Amino acid sequence: MKIVVCIKQVPDTKGGVKFNPDGTLDRAAMMTIMNPDDKAGLEAALRLKDQDPQNTEVTVLTMGLPKAEDVLREALAMGADKGVLVTDRVLGGADTWATSQTLAGALRNMDYDLIITGRQAIDGDTAQVGPQISEHLNIPVISYAQNLKVEGDSVIVERQFDDRYHVLKAKMPCLVTALAELNDPRYMTPGGIFDACEAEITVWGRADLKDVEDSNLGLKGSPTQIARASDKVRKGAGEKVSLDPTEAVDYIVGKLKEKHVI
Amino acid sequence: MDFTLSKKHEMARTLFREFAEKEVKPLAQEVDETEEFPRATVEKMAKAGFMGIPIPKEYGGQGCDNLTYAMCVEELAKVCGTTAVIVSAHTSLCCDPILTYGTEEQKQKYLPDLASGRKIGAFGLTEPGAGTDAQGQQTKAVLEGDEWVINGSKIFITNGKEADVYVIFAVTGMIEKRGKMIKEISSFIVEKGTPGFTFGTKEKKMGIRGSSTYELIFTDCRVPKENMLGQQGKGFNIAMHTLDGGRIGIAAQALGIGEGALDRTIAYTQERKQFGRSISAFQNTQFQLADMATKAQAAQFLVYRAACTKDQYVKDHKTSYSVEAAMAKLYAAEMAMEVTTKAVQLHGGYGYTREYDVERMMRDAKITEIYEGTSEVQRMVISSALLK
Repeated sequence: MKIVVCIKQVPDTKGGVKFNPDGTLDRAAMMTIMNPDDKAGLEAALRLKDQDPQNTEVTVLTMGLPKAEDVLREALAMGADKGVLVTDRVLGGADTWATSQTLAGALRNMDYDLIITGRQAIDGDTAQVGPQISEHLNIPVISYAQNLKVEGDSVIVERQFDDRYHVLKAKMPCLVTALAELNDPRYMTPGGIFDACEAEITVWGRADLKDVEDSNLGLKGSPTQIARASDKVRKGAGEKVSLDPTEAVDYIVGKLKEKHVI
Repeated sequence: MDFTLSKKHEMARTLFREFAEKEVKPLAQEVDETEEFPRATVEKMAKAGFMGIPIPKEYGGQGCDNLTYAMCVEELAKVCGTTAVIVSAHTSLCCDPILTYGTEEQKQKYLPDLASGRKIGAFGLTEPGAGTDAQGQQTKAVLEGDEWVINGSKIFITNGKEADVYVIFAVTGMIEKRGKMIKEISSFIVEKGTPGFTFGTKEKKMGIRGSSTYELIFTDCRVPKENMLGQQGKGFNIAMHTLDGGRIGIAAQALGIGEGALDRTIAYTQERKQFGRSISAFQNTQFQLADMATKAQAAQFLVYRAACTKDQYVKDHKTSYSVEAAMAKLYAAEMAMEVTTKAVQLHGGYGYTREYDVERMMRDAKITEIYEGTSEVQRMVISSALLK
């Protein structure tokens, strides 16, 4: 089985967030980590490989700056077999649409039975890229996976849904988006790190993307306009009142009206 | 000369630090209080490959270098001296002599289990009357047919009761050297469960209290002839060479303890307020921190140099790393003792309580000046190289 896991290098929220003048993230200036949902997706793929190491190949795919190669090497050090980096100046500033177009363009060059992405990246929280890729590739998607197993030519996924979960089965090839709660990802191994640093990473640019229009790539191909961006703003302490239930309802309704919420 | 770490070493440090913070640090105080061997942590370390870092892949190890191994011990020691010494004794004192002196059969038999952490290793040289004077061995081994029969005891053995494979030393005869009759010492691999091999009392220690320190007792313990490690009579050289490598591990442990105490003291002195300002605003605190950091950095350079010199030995089997290891251990151990003592002082009364890590670290630091060659022995090694 061939599994491709899409991973993203995201800012380490412990290290502070920096922005470019146009409101996009200044990724070059920040400490980075592998996006937690993506890491769980990678772990899920590696567990499938553990069950049948001879017949399973795990490839990690990312789009980003050249330094995004680091996150691919981390994935290789955890046990992935191959890494593919899609990097090109014309791809910069991509929103979810342009990103999913880019990744789909790369995936059209690859063999896969299963594509795993994280549910969402901690720097954007959109949860759009995975489902969009599946749409571009015209394959089924099961999102919010909290459990995943393969049976024959199908995947069976527990999809998280409010206070319950759905069990869905899809025939491969298909795409699954993983939740960080899916598992506890393994550590890299020291020997894995040494091998990963020697490994060759496949690097693709714009020219290597298949069946993608220029108008769908990079900042120009991104319909999203960033009105304003900021680091996390601390919320104030709020207002505490102590009222009996009837008064409390009136008070809350009054406040909501005051703020034109209702 | 380039003082920057390579990409792979930077990644390895990130791994060790993340593991130490997440898996080891939360248990450090409990391990010290309960004096219980952190078996679950060892299993996690085994899974992550930490029990065979410098062992070649062909023997089930990670195939990394000694610098990576030293960095692992350092990062573990920053949060827990006990966990660090478990890895150090296992790797340097058991895996390494089997790798260096073992026959191909011995390597194939023991190293895959040790390097994967399925089994834990230990080393038995010290006896009640043979500490620094390692030649004063009383444990004897006599060849009977195809078996060596071992009688005697070993004390202060790290990983004592928890280990599965032991490299031990015993007198196998008397030989003439420069007109004097001296003991012929040989080395053996002994497995736990061998009839006649039992454990004595567990030591109650000042520091590294979760490490399992036991007496090993051999009473007509029979090991197969093929369990002799290296040539008959070469045991003393094997022990000394093994300890050269072990000293790099202990130096890394001492380095980590000192660095860990420094990190906590930097944080504490910025939080703690006296006379209306944080105590880090006082010049005495600043100067103390500056001295602590400078010594820790110097120790790190010595430890890394010793590890890199050993890596050179692994490649050419010629380069000696004995003096480098002795200097690293001497300096790092004394740094650890000094830095942890200052750390407790800067924490004031709180630093003397078990609520704060520096109290444990000061107790843990002391042993690094004693085991695997006291600081005095390191000075002997260094000065004898200078004056030869």
